[in-house]
Amino acid sequence: MINHIDVSSVLRRTVCDLYSNLVTRPTGAAVRTEIENLLAAWRGPSLTVIDFSHVNLLDFSCADEVVAKLLLRFEGGAPQDAYFLLRGVREDHLDAIEAALERYQLALVMQADDGALLLVGTVNDAQRRAWQALRELGRGAAEELALALGEAPSYAAAILTALHERRLVMRFDDTYVPLGATP
Amino acid sequence: MTTVINVPPSLDDTTIEQVLDQVAPLPRDQKILIDARHARWASPYALTTMLTIGQARAERAAFTGPETDDTASYWARTGFYKHAEQIFDLHGHVPRARNGGESSVLLEITPVAKSEDVHDVVERIQQKAQAILVNELHLDPQATMRFAMTLSEACQNIVEHAQRGGWVAVQTYTWAKRLGRRVVQIAVCDAGIGFRASLESAHGRRISDRWDDGMALEDAVIRGVSRFRDPGRGQGLAGVRRFVGKWDGKLSVRSGTARIAIVPSWDEDVPLAEDLAPFPGAQIQITIPERIPQR
Repeated sequence: MINHIDVSSVLRRTVCDLYSNLVTRPTGAAVRTEIENLLAAWRGPSLTVIDFSHVNLLDFSCADEVVAKLLLRFEGGAPQDAYFLLRGVREDHLDAIEAALERYQLALVMQADDGALLLVGTVNDAQRRAWQALRELGRGAAEELALALGEAPSYAAAILTALHERRLVMRFDDTYVPLGATP
Repeated sequence: MTTVINVPPSLDDTTIEQVLDQVAPLPRDQKILIDARHARWASPYALTTMLTIGQARAERAAFTGPETDDTASYWARTGFYKHAEQIFDLHGHVPRARNGGESSVLLEITPVAKSEDVHDVVERIQQKAQAILVNELHLDPQATMRFAMTLSEACQNIVEHAQRGGWVAVQTYTWAKRLGRRVVQIAVCDAGIGFRASLESAHGRRISDRWDDGMALEDAVIRGVSRFRDPGRGQGLAGVRRFVGKWDGKLSVRSGTARIAIVPSWDEDVPLAEDLAPFPGAQIQITIPERIPQR
């Protein structure tokens, strides 16, 4: 199931219908809580597109509350199997988001305006290489990724497990799919 | 008995210390008269600090403004008198601000006490900031959003930590003496509990023998330490530091008896000044200089 959340709409609905800036911790916490409520209503595994297109300003504190704390809550698949893909992120938004991700050693997948998928945050070289290889494959099991990487299947399986726990790839039985790719 | 506090003719982050030196030894309930009759110029930092001086007094202070019409009128246009009349017993002529005549005031002196005030400040600054930062100070258009982010985080310091309201102001002016260029300056001042008391309130925090205002400022400004256990806290001032570093700006934070500064090459301030006159709260100044276009 793919859901779409326009962060600006959530901001106006939950905090103030005159605001277009995501600033301050209480605002960020209110927006995150509303996103969590929406997710709770959408039962089962889900990919949620968090869309920042209509957000004017995003400050560091709000990025921490909205993005980092949301990822932290769903890391490892608890309380539900939820994945997040960010869209409409401008360069100044990214400054704030990256600072928040680094603080917790988190990472996420972002889709640029041209459709390109980008890995943002703290990711080691091995995970980044594996994620890029899987993105080029489109989808694959550990054996297929191992072939693409020229590594042992056990190595590919371990990295895919780690990427899945970090919510950077989705898992369908033995097959893994990068966020944003069509399963 | 009223003690007269003399205000120097030119009032900035350095010379305001002369005012604080006079105020600090006095009991809070001692009546004071801040005499600014001879003032000719004041930075936004100095104006907001003067308001916090009044705010910090237990006995309502008196205030006499500048004698020259130009100076008094300018102070009125910054919003100073609008707030000063709430805090001080004003003596002498009190000028009235005329609307819309001051392009150098990006944000007139504005009270900040709660999260909604920060939203209001950010909304108000953006349109004017774009025009002035890009067209007049020749900063990259991308700097405008980062400037507003910086302003937001500086204001949130009051909301999150001060435990009482403060003030913010943003102005541009030509800093002829120190720099020979125009600058934009953000001043955020409060008379709250200050960095040291805020960090001391952290549960389980171990206070070392060397613990003082200077160390508290180093922890908060340089190391991103916050009174909250949440590891996501402390990002605001780190973000401010990054913005200031990228645009060759200066950040200084005064709290208690110390002032810490991120000092650019164009300034001669010390990184840490200690044993200053004690003053409650925190006073933040961010200065971004005009960019000289490459030939």
